[in-house]
Amino acid sequence: MTMNRQETEQLIQEVLEVYPDATGKQRAKHLMANDPTLEKSNKCLVTNKKALPGVMTARGCAYAGSKGVVWGPIKDMVNISHGPVGCGQLSRGGRRNYVTGYSGINVFAEMNFTSDFQEKDVVFGGDKKLATIIDEINTLFPLVKGISIQSECPVGLIGDDIEAVAKQKAKEIGKTIVPARCEGFRGVSQSLGHHVANDTLRDWVLSNRDGQEPTIESTPYDVVLTGDYNVGGDAWASRVLMESIGLRVIGQWSGDGTLSELELIPSLKPKLNLLHCYRSMNYISRHMEEKYGIPWLEYNFFGPTQIAKSLRAIAARFDETIQANVERVIAENQAEMDAIIAKFRPRLEGKRVMLFVGGLRPRHVIGAYEDLGMEIIGTGYEFAHNDDYDRTFKELQDGALIYDDATSFELEAFAERLKPDLIGSGIKEKFVFHKMGIPFRQLHSWDYSGPYHGYDGFAIFARDMDMAINNPCWKKMTPPWKQKAVGADLAEAA
Amino acid sequence: MPSVMLRNNAAGDLVFYITKKDQEETVVALEHSGPNAWGGEIELADGSRFYLEPFAQTPKLPMTVRVKRL
Repeated sequence: MTMNRQETEQLIQEVLEVYPDATGKQRAKHLMANDPTLEKSNKCLVTNKKALPGVMTARGCAYAGSKGVVWGPIKDMVNISHGPVGCGQLSRGGRRNYVTGYSGINVFAEMNFTSDFQEKDVVFGGDKKLATIIDEINTLFPLVKGISIQSECPVGLIGDDIEAVAKQKAKEIGKTIVPARCEGFRGVSQSLGHHVANDTLRDWVLSNRDGQEPTIESTPYDVVLTGDYNVGGDAWASRVLMESIGLRVIGQWSGDGTLSELELIPSLKPKLNLLHCYRSMNYISRHMEEKYGIPWLEYNFFGPTQIAKSLRAIAARFDETIQANVERVIAENQAEMDAIIAKFRPRLEGKRVMLFVGGLRPRHVIGAYEDLGMEIIGTGYEFAHNDDYDRTFKELQDGALIYDDATSFELEAFAERLKPDLIGSGIKEKFVFHKMGIPFRQLHSWDYSGPYHGYDGFAIFARDMDMAINNPCWKKMTPPWKQKAVGADLAEAA
Repeated sequence: MPSVMLRNNAAGDLVFYITKKDQEETVVALEHSGPNAWGGEIELADGSRFYLEPFAQTPKLPMTVRVKRL
């Protein structure tokens, strides 16, 4: 059952009826039926607004965006969670940003460093403590390349001067120290944390080697992979693909990335900056284009159709060798992709999917589902801005439901009415929908699977979706209201 | 006086990006587009208008500038 635009609008109205008038009015601005002809979303959708009191939102905070997303995956740096112990400890290791290397030697990403704020630090300020911690880290882990200070709420509230500490300590120990003002109360979601982190990259990292000669030779085929966080090895799958078409990847931002890679980029002047997650790294891409003349290009490595399209778009920026390589690589992989589609498409054809994820996946994975003959009936972002929705309309079928920062009530109500065959969202939603008897895949962490990027990833993606939807357990599950009353059975037997 | 980044998109159109608002709009009309002057009144696809102090020469894009809302 595919809904047209009117039916979808009708559904939105019915779901909104539950809310008090004022809340319903606000929420109505975040929900719409898709119209693929739209170019701009600002007339029909309100985004990036504070979640309303009294509803459950799936959003995170600015600290989550800066420490968890952008800075966290960089492996040769220590990220200090500056503030009380909870934020750092509870966000540790949750994102499966895979790295290669040796813990404590060249990998520090999986450890938790915190300044463990106590009452006296709030009263007297935590700057001295921060300076001590930086010294301690440098003594314990002398191989660390840099340190970032990720502030938690109290630091902003008491007005500590972490920038001054960073500057002074950087001079003393001779390493890059980055103060990120990503206090959780800033902004409406983790999206501001991405922006803050991008600004610190700009101010404290990228300009570090301005005017210096590059330490390695540059080639005309240099590219940077930006906005790929190596969740389950995604960035590696993308990197292999880039290298197979003859490009040299000189930096991964920031999944399995290093501080040196970041600092080296301006002097190496890569030909192209390839941007996967537009939401979290467009700011730094725009800056690099302006200051260093490195153009950026968005790409999508989910599913063979989108991969081929993206590879050709990338090749168009290079010479004939790369273009020929791209055609060769696409042809080489075609047989394998056809085999995967032949195997899984009959099992998945016509299945209907609802998505609710973060920065890029609500639109990027649509192609991969469609390659498997599946249909996206609803999609939405937790923290997107209008420019993300501008990019979503074209990808999504006419009349599909779009929900921005959907509340848990709305998601459940939509799922009840639309009866999707699969929901792709995060851990907070997973078990609710399992209990409703709907197959579910986590699309933040790939449900502990992955990678899903590239040709190699599509094979895993197709298998996982089949595994979720066609799992025999769904047939065994009869909800209590459809079961015969247990008492009645017993009475009959007696 | 918003701070705005001007750049050309893949299609070659001039794009007006308001950093603070994460808002991208295509420029539909530019008063002076060179060679001796570049800037002046800017009209965006959504109908809003801005004024950019004209440059003597066509500048190298992308570039961040201050513009006045009209």
